[in-house]
Amino acid sequence: MTTLADGEWHRLHPASPLLRGGIFIVAVLGFIIANLRERLIDVFFGVPRYGGDPIDAILERGAVGWALLVVAVVLLLILAVFYLSWRMHTFRVTGEVVEVRSGMLFRSNRRARLDRIQGVNIVRPFIPRLIGAAKLEVSVAGQDANVQLAYLGSAPADQLRRDILRLASGLRQQAVAVADAALAPTLGLAPEAVRSPGTATTPGIAASPGTAMSPGTAAVPFTVADRARDFFAPELDPDAAPPESVVRIPPGRLIGSVVFSGFTVFVVLAGIALLISVTAGGSDWLLVAFIPTLIASVSFYFTRVTKSLRYSIAGTPDGVRVGFGLLTTSNETLPPGRIHAIGVSQPLLWRPFGWWQVRINTAGHSTTKGAAGEANTTTLPVGTLADVARVLELILPGFDSGEQQALIERGLRSKGGDDGFTNAPRRAAWLHPFSWRRTGYTVSDGIALLRRGVISRELMLIPLARLQSVTISQGPVTRMLRLASARLHTVAGPVSAYLGVVDVAEAPIFFDRIASGAISSAQADTSHHWNQPGWNQPDRNQPNRNQPNRNQPNRNQPNGVTE
Amino acid sequence: MATIKSREKCVAEPAERLDLPDVGEWKRVSPRYVVVETVGTVVFGLVLAAAAAAVWFLFDVQWALYLIGAIVLITGTTVAFEPRRVRAIGYQLRRDDLLFRRGILFTRFVSVPYGRMQLVDITRGPIARWLGLADLKFVTAAASSGVLIPGLTGADAESLRDRLVELAESRRAGL
Repeated sequence: MTTLADGEWHRLHPASPLLRGGIFIVAVLGFIIANLRERLIDVFFGVPRYGGDPIDAILERGAVGWALLVVAVVLLLILAVFYLSWRMHTFRVTGEVVEVRSGMLFRSNRRARLDRIQGVNIVRPFIPRLIGAAKLEVSVAGQDANVQLAYLGSAPADQLRRDILRLASGLRQQAVAVADAALAPTLGLAPEAVRSPGTATTPGIAASPGTAMSPGTAAVPFTVADRARDFFAPELDPDAAPPESVVRIPPGRLIGSVVFSGFTVFVVLAGIALLISVTAGGSDWLLVAFIPTLIASVSFYFTRVTKSLRYSIAGTPDGVRVGFGLLTTSNETLPPGRIHAIGVSQPLLWRPFGWWQVRINTAGHSTTKGAAGEANTTTLPVGTLADVARVLELILPGFDSGEQQALIERGLRSKGGDDGFTNAPRRAAWLHPFSWRRTGYTVSDGIALLRRGVISRELMLIPLARLQSVTISQGPVTRMLRLASARLHTVAGPVSAYLGVVDVAEAPIFFDRIASGAISSAQADTSHHWNQPGWNQPDRNQPNRNQPNRNQPNRNQPNGVTE
Repeated sequence: MATIKSREKCVAEPAERLDLPDVGEWKRVSPRYVVVETVGTVVFGLVLAAAAAAVWFLFDVQWALYLIGAIVLITGTTVAFEPRRVRAIGYQLRRDDLLFRRGILFTRFVSVPYGRMQLVDITRGPIARWLGLADLKFVTAAASSGVLIPGLTGADAESLRDRLVELAESRRAGL
């Protein structure tokens, strides 16, 4: 299969200038229709008209030839500009960088290093989606630093994303090496023969990393598994992801979650205030002022719901894939280790239903708005406890032992007490009268868990490998109460990881645990090339580990040689 | 009732200061930095006082006089505590992270792993430059990290910057 990620320069979808210049075209069309509406009505419906449009003027002056000439020249100019901008807009994907060159008068050249990729987003706005085009956006950290490829063909965009992620995962070199080494001897070798257990690998091949794995164990070598993943990665179609890892939201729950939101409380309060003011004999202008608000709120609900419809989050070999949208669809893949903080929260109104929301902090932000109308930071707009557990499993691979799941569960719902979290002392009730019992932290397996809040319950999970810095501080009031406050600094986002109250004796312990945990986690972390050996990829992320043995010969090929 | 009593007892106990036990010796900033801080505070106080005086003078408002008094008092107290505040600023280069502290009324301790460094800034204000001092800012990907070590001598700041860059280079990590 041809790939766009072969290191050569490629062009975008031929319709790209047209699609990107969409607003301009609509404006021109609108102008034409506005000026010729009577003529158009006449043409289509036979309603007689009274003249006076530009075409009449042209006919009167006998300037038809000139007019046609002008139209032709304008059309030609537009075509030439479009063609040139398409010619000049090229991109390439090498083993190291994604690079885009564009612009006619002002040339621009932008490169993004693959190991710095924070996420790859594919957006299909409604119109481009109709003609099978998609926009691919590679997010890297930094303001306005994303690399956009608008537009590509729909299928090539999916393929390109897979290739970019595969290259970024650090897989290519090994995969090629193994494939080359494996090529000749495996021909004509029966799979049964090479899968005989108990045989050892030869030193020659063992030098290539990832293959020195004895057969018969549950663990699958990285290269083989990853190569198989390339074939079976569920990125092709939103509906083709492995069903066991997909979380969806029933439309009823989605509508409910939007209805029972803080915004509704505001609307209801405003409505009550309005009723009171009207019945109390106030002036009517308030009523008039309220109508636009009402219309705005309807459109707010509508966009919230349609944006989040068809929402799905799925685990793929190269990270979590979050997709949503009804007419304009968007799905973003976040490679492992790109999530800096996770916040699970439950507004008071959602508590009767047991709904939760999951939001994340990431360093790169796609320019496309996310499911809740904000940046793509809402990973799960609304879900039950079971959904939250599955989403956390996907975005925190490996953090799923029974004990850790219990910690998450207690972090979400526990009222406090001695439950694995180190909580604030009783005197913190002066500052947090309701939530002091629950305000606490714990550290497990390189993840810091902070919980707080009773009215609106919150649990923050911060992978220490991504932590930027940690602070403990004390002001006059907290000093009087022998308390301190603590904060974990991550990249900016909706999740802010702080504890308002910590025992002053506990604060230095907290500080030490977090600081040393951050250092050791960061040293052990290799997720910038997440598929290279050393990145501790959990087995669950290899959905194809019991796939048929088309890749087995590669893995066990040395056995064949010794036989 | 009993609970309230016990709470009151807690409050009545001597306040306990936040501190990190078992850390090495803090490196302090130059004592000359007191001058920079003092000048800054006094200038700020003067500007406020002048504004208040203008209000009093132009609009003949009586309470502006009390405002001036309050401004003078606050500025005076701040200046009086300036040496202690400067002494409270400290930093340490530990094996894998930079430790920073500052503040007496609002105490703050920060730990930043070297590998998290995005860039190091050295800035010099006019008075600091006159005294041969510089501020060093350690910038991470988190805007709120806010590690700004003020009042280093010029040579100190530059050697600290080079050292930090070198340490960050050897412990490079992703974002």
